[in-house]
Amino acid sequence: MVFRSLARFSVNYLQVLDEHGQIDARHAPKLTPALVKHAFDAMVLGRAFDETALALQREGRLLTYGPGKGEEAAHAGSALALRKGDWIVPSFRENTAYLARGYPPELLFEYWMGDERGQKMPKEHKMLPVAVPVSTQIPHAVGIAYAAKLLKKNEVVLTYFGDGATSKGDFYEALNFAGVFRLPVIFACINNQYAISLPRERQSAARTLAQKAIAAGIDSIQVDGNDVFACYRATQQAVERARKGEPTLIEFYTYRMGDHTTSDEASRYRSAKEVARWAKRDPISRLSKYALGKKLWNKQHEQKIWKLARKRISDAVAKAEAIGTQPIEDIFAYTYSQPTPRLREQLEEARKEAV
Amino acid sequence: MAVMNMVDALNSALDNELERDPRVVVLGEDVGRDGGVFRVTQSLLKKYGELRVVDTPLAESAIVGASLGMSLNGLKPVAEVQFDGFTYATFDQLFSHVARMRTRTRGRFTAPLVVRFPYGGLVRALEHHSESPEAFFCHFPGLKVVAPSSPYEAKGLLIAAIRDPDPVIFMEPKRLYRAIKEDVPETPYIIPLGEARVVQEGSDVTIVSYGSMLQSCLEAVKLVAGAASCEVIDLRTLTPWDERTVIDSVGKTGRLVIVHEAPRNCGLGGEIAATIQQKCFYKLSAPIARVTSWDIITPLPKMETRHFPSVSRIAKAIIETATLQ
Ligand SMILES: Cc1ncc(C[n+]2csc(CCOP(=O)(O)OP(=O)(O)O)c2C)c(N)n1
Repeated sequence: MVFRSLARFSVNYLQVLDEHGQIDARHAPKLTPALVKHAFDAMVLGRAFDETALALQREGRLLTYGPGKGEEAAHAGSALALRKGDWIVPSFRENTAYLARGYPPELLFEYWMGDERGQKMPKEHKMLPVAVPVSTQIPHAVGIAYAAKLLKKNEVVLTYFGDGATSKGDFYEALNFAGVFRLPVIFACINNQYAISLPRERQSAARTLAQKAIAAGIDSIQVDGNDVFACYRATQQAVERARKGEPTLIEFYTYRMGDHTTSDEASRYRSAKEVARWAKRDPISRLSKYALGKKLWNKQHEQKIWKLARKRISDAVAKAEAIGTQPIEDIFAYTYSQPTPRLREQLEEARKEAV
Repeated sequence: MAVMNMVDALNSALDNELERDPRVVVLGEDVGRDGGVFRVTQSLLKKYGELRVVDTPLAESAIVGASLGMSLNGLKPVAEVQFDGFTYATFDQLFSHVARMRTRTRGRFTAPLVVRFPYGGLVRALEHHSESPEAFFCHFPGLKVVAPSSPYEAKGLLIAAIRDPDPVIFMEPKRLYRAIKEDVPETPYIIPLGEARVVQEGSDVTIVSYGSMLQSCLEAVKLVAGAASCEVIDLRTLTPWDERTVIDSVGKTGRLVIVHEAPRNCGLGGEIAATIQQKCFYKLSAPIARVTSWDIITPLPKMETRHFPSVSRIAKAIIETATLQ
């Protein structure tokens, strides 16, 4: 018996901007000051959204909320590498990606406040609503990409999901489809090290999540998910490949700084020391160090960015809270293209109820 | 005896059974270190170790499929699915395999496993966290389905489910997890599956409900106390449901109101109504009423109270049914 090696694989890691704000010019994307500014604005807006959402939740003004703190570089860096005509198929923690694309924050608030009217996606945005059942959205991205290919739409589809999501069949099935059909899709795995309480090492025995693409015949890379330049660069390259019909899996290696959601208590399953270690790698202060060092802006200007972001967010909250009561008709209106006779009857019943 | 809420009572049931029977295994997402997102499995990992209290990867289909395998080879798995809305991913395993194993192997292999999950709305939860999927499970032959309505009930029924030779879907009304406290024995006891409970006797109208809606029914009954004497039945087990108890009651009252949180279309209410009209036709003095949520996708929390049966919606149906001449 003779053993021959049939295939060998490796998994690459990309970091451009280190924890001290130092840049590795060999791997940097083309960085215009406008792009850096845009990335910073988006991350700060995302962080401001998060802080406000958490505060509102504590006051009972918002539902259970899953903060994205610490993941802003992964969300903004990837979203900004897309064109307006490209699709985002999200999970549920990527508010920063929405905001980076100019999505109205008041709609996000309405949704997280439990108002269905926040789900009405503005026409100009090619994004699906939040997908709560983990991993189930990934095959949708593949189908959208298939349609784009068949209809020659020149669209790229990026789908977000977590480390936990990579354990489900939907993930593997979607990856396999994309490999077989060579589709313009980017699998953006936000590895924030936890799926609620389950640490990444217990989610999979694989050394990296990026390598899960190998079995599907798809290229992949792991990037420093707290480095917005690496996130942007890797996505940009994946977009280029996608336009040629090649799918990519990107593992954004980052950390969930907050609790899983406001119903969770992360201190039950992870140490304060670990959290403190990751706090030093904060994506926003990292970019700030870089920008201040390069004199792209000064401290004062940076404070203004924060102030503007917080103002934008509090305006959005005010708007969302001023929306008023949803008419009862509205909860029936979208069940079918036309209301069925039975639904008309039930609506009458519902109307008559005292509120 | 100890005063327990439903979470405590369920935890006590699991603790008792893990202790009593070394074949019992608890598995699911976050059930170990975190003690479950509702803390139902709190402290069990420490007590029984990670081979018997298993934090699984995030994969509902594999949790149930692997539970079947465990049950085929000598274990008694009690699987947790974290929320009602994520049980849909288990349908293939449940319907294609778990429910049929006894039939397909002519009794050689069986599936004595339990799948537990929190269900139901009115807790201001996110999308997919307020579902009442019981009708799917009841519709499928081979599965037993249970929905307790109080801490005491929850413990006795869960122990019965774990000891049952058939697969049992155990639906825990999350709205009641911490809402009621009552005396519950710390030692094991059983409430047999398939037996309903007459919670309150009455003569004018029978109310049949279960799980999360039982408390709302009791409140409604209080509201209408001056106008109608109500007999309230807690079904407890939804498959096989206790026809005898309902038939006896309707035989007495001649009137029936069925209340559930799930949508109306093809809901359990339809099955109960059809059975009762057939078996009690000559005893009925009014059409059987169903109080349910509407046949729409569960709205987000701001509108959920307009969707799920309210106490006043139930009270209105009771009065209409009880007073119809
Ligand atoms: C199918 C499914 N099972 C369980 C849950 C409950 N749940 C919500 S988020 C989550 C963990 C998800 O982890 P990951 O995919 O890593 O994403 P993260 O929350 O870390 O962003 C779980 C178990 C769910 N939403 N969907």
